[in-house]
Amino acid sequence: MKIRSIKDLEKTGIEHRKKLYYPDVIKVNIGMASCGIAAGAKASFEKAVTEFHGDNGIQISQTGCLGFCEEEPLVEILGTGKPRVIYRNITEQKIADAIRGYMGRNFNKKWILGQMRDPLCLLENHIDNPVEGVAKLDGIPFLEDIPFYNKQKKIALRNCGYIDPDSVEEYIARLGYFAFLKALNEMTPGEIIEIIKKSGLRGRGGGGFSTGYKWETCAKHEGERYIICNADEGDPGAYMDRSILEGDPHNILEGMLIGALAIGSSRGFIYVRNEYPLAVKRLITAIKEAEKYGLLGDNIAGTNFSFHVKISTGAGAFVCGESTALMASLEGQVGRPRAKYVHTVEKGFRGSPSNLNNVETYANVPAILLKGPEWYAGMGTEQSKGTKVFSLVGKIRNTGLVEVPMGISLREIVFDIGNGIPKKKKFKAVQTGGPSGGCIPEQFLDLRVDFDELTKVGSIMGSGGMIVMDQDTCMVDVARYFLDFLKEESCGQCNPCREGIKRMLEILTDICDGNGKEGDIELLEELSVMIQDFSLCGLGTSAPNPVLTTIRYFRDEYESHIRDKKCPAGVCKALFHYEIDAEACNGCRLCALKCPEEAITGEKKKLHILNQDECIKCGICYEACKFDAIVIR
Amino acid sequence: MNEATPIKGDQPDEIDFMELDNIIEMDFNNDPENLIMILQAIQGRYNYLPRPALRYIAEKIDVPLSQIYGVGTFYSTFSLEPRGRNIVSVCLGTACHVRGGERVRERIEESLNLTDGETTDDMRFTFESVRCIGCCSLGPVVKINEDIHGRIGAAEIAETLEKYE
Ligand SMILES: Cc1cc2nc3c(=O)[nH]c(=O)nc-3n(C[C@H](O)[C@H](O)[C@H](O)COP(=O)(O)O)c2cc1C
Ligand code: FES
Repeated sequence: MKIRSIKDLEKTGIEHRKKLYYPDVIKVNIGMASCGIAAGAKASFEKAVTEFHGDNGIQISQTGCLGFCEEEPLVEILGTGKPRVIYRNITEQKIADAIRGYMGRNFNKKWILGQMRDPLCLLENHIDNPVEGVAKLDGIPFLEDIPFYNKQKKIALRNCGYIDPDSVEEYIARLGYFAFLKALNEMTPGEIIEIIKKSGLRGRGGGGFSTGYKWETCAKHEGERYIICNADEGDPGAYMDRSILEGDPHNILEGMLIGALAIGSSRGFIYVRNEYPLAVKRLITAIKEAEKYGLLGDNIAGTNFSFHVKISTGAGAFVCGESTALMASLEGQVGRPRAKYVHTVEKGFRGSPSNLNNVETYANVPAILLKGPEWYAGMGTEQSKGTKVFSLVGKIRNTGLVEVPMGISLREIVFDIGNGIPKKKKFKAVQTGGPSGGCIPEQFLDLRVDFDELTKVGSIMGSGGMIVMDQDTCMVDVARYFLDFLKEESCGQCNPCREGIKRMLEILTDICDGNGKEGDIELLEELSVMIQDFSLCGLGTSAPNPVLTTIRYFRDEYESHIRDKKCPAGVCKALFHYEIDAEACNGCRLCALKCPEEAITGEKKKLHILNQDECIKCGICYEACKFDAIVIR
Repeated sequence: MNEATPIKGDQPDEIDFMELDNIIEMDFNNDPENLIMILQAIQGRYNYLPRPALRYIAEKIDVPLSQIYGVGTFYSTFSLEPRGRNIVSVCLGTACHVRGGERVRERIEESLNLTDGETTDDMRFTFESVRCIGCCSLGPVVKINEDIHGRIGAAEIAETLEKYE
């Protein structure tokens, strides 16, 4: 069926809303994003399919990621008149029991994460409330009442984990493509741009540039205009774009369609990084499905508006996330950035006006059109509106993707949502903004997270990676790590970046190896200024940030490396050794058994001895000891 | 790899040009803008980029060979040399790094006696490091072929590698 009007959409929506919320069968929705699959969801899926093969009362489906990656594989089970339950850690071994238990109303409560309710912030006034009529389970909290979720507000992630990403019908059931059709039928390009400007939406790819303003500028330039989606997601530790593409690909297509209407474009491109094959697969399906319904392709919804989307993949180059490099790569060239005397909105891809936005930016667009710019601008801070998705990873208990209103404090993210640091270790810093960002120390935990506040403390928002670090993370090593990354990824065109980063890396490597000298810190600072001021593109100009913030907030760690030749965190191998604490060791033999070099000897229940000559400082004993008896000296 | 060593696939008769035609023409319309994806498809088929194939692509899509080499060497996923039967990629993204990715790397390097980018003599393993594969919540992560091994400790490396022939 081709969709020609909002009425057609509504018809499809109502029909599939019923299947989504009041199915005739017991529905088992398994979270099958890459993270879920890696945690075992695919095996669970296959197990469920074989186990209940031929049982017409059960339907096994896939969904995207609900964000709580720590508890994956996540499985939702629902049925009309029955509770909607989310089970956690449902591996292959547990899946059949979980389903049978549910059907026999003998819920394995220990396996339950919570009861599902839709994220209401977006759809509450628009669709009949899907929670009505759902039986409740006593003593089990709703998802939004558990600490991981209760401060979150899902806009960009509104469908991830709630629909089958391969089903355009389920997307439509949750008001998908309504915003686009409304824009197509009822709005002028100028009106769309005005709404986006008024919402205050700023680009989620890192720079935080006003989206409405970018669209307006691009629309002014003559030539064939292109809409491009940046799905290169190069920031290591960030995976929100992957999750949206894998869990809700139609949302991106719809955002791009609206952008195309606004700037007057009939061709779109999505540049996806090579590491995300599943995202590409889901996008290809989504494009086919949307075409089937006449929502993409020629003469969309019977009008004379046409829009075609092509997917291109990257091949492992961080710098290709930068706008001009990305466009060169789209043309099949080496991805080298160029100086931006002329902006890409004027001359970009194929020398034509090109509008580039990040995945998460597009994901917000349909929601803004549906609910209005005032609603969106009602969330967040003065200069940063709406919500932002962060990937909360590293040394944190609840790892996962969290979408929170701008302006929430770091403390709330790390300690309330993230539930703090595991193994009773001490919090040290949060790294945001990837290789262009910085490390934020404990003293700024009450910082209100938005574009400007992060910049004030020397970091940046970036794409939303939030890597939590604890006492076992060496900040000099972190600085060295990022420079090593950037040295590999520098395209090599301009001197300051190519040579400057290399020189800084040499100094940092010396410091980590115990060869640091007085004056090294000052030299690093001096080189930083030079690289910041004279590099060609954003990779170089922001490259010193990780070094500068660690010097600013953790100068003492640099000094102990240089002066005392000590690495207090026990990371830089030349600057520490492990010892066995005679008081704490109870002779359990675990470390001795695990040591790959057989460097630890000792009898059961007697103090063990670590032979320093044999020790390669691999850290296995340190991780293994349950009594903190292996210590860093 | 020594310059003089003949590389399997260096001889044109080891390449199926009909198949190349299919990839370049049918899947990618002879379009130079699709060069990166053409190379990916060829690497998917041969496990690396054989030189005769590159020469053939240059002719087919009318792009200078130098540009094709440029692209083939600029992007880190491409390899101009044959790679092992199993590709072991250790993630050195930030999330994995702070959770001990470096130690995992060292264990792999020691177990296989390889450094980044190298292949074992028996062609069983190629070892490489990658920067984030988007499964950061499971760090440290090692990807072997298509399998993602999450929360892997340095102690489990040898055993995991054993499973791949
Ligand atoms: C070195 C470098 C890498 C970048 N990587 C990405 C990326 O992976 N994803 C992204 O969306 N933007 C990235 N950007 C920012 C883009 O250049 C561009 O500003 C952004 O995609 C615009 O979209 P937005 O306005 O929606 O944020 C990068 C910038 C630089 C300088
Ligand atoms: S940092 Fe290793 S998967 Fe992202």
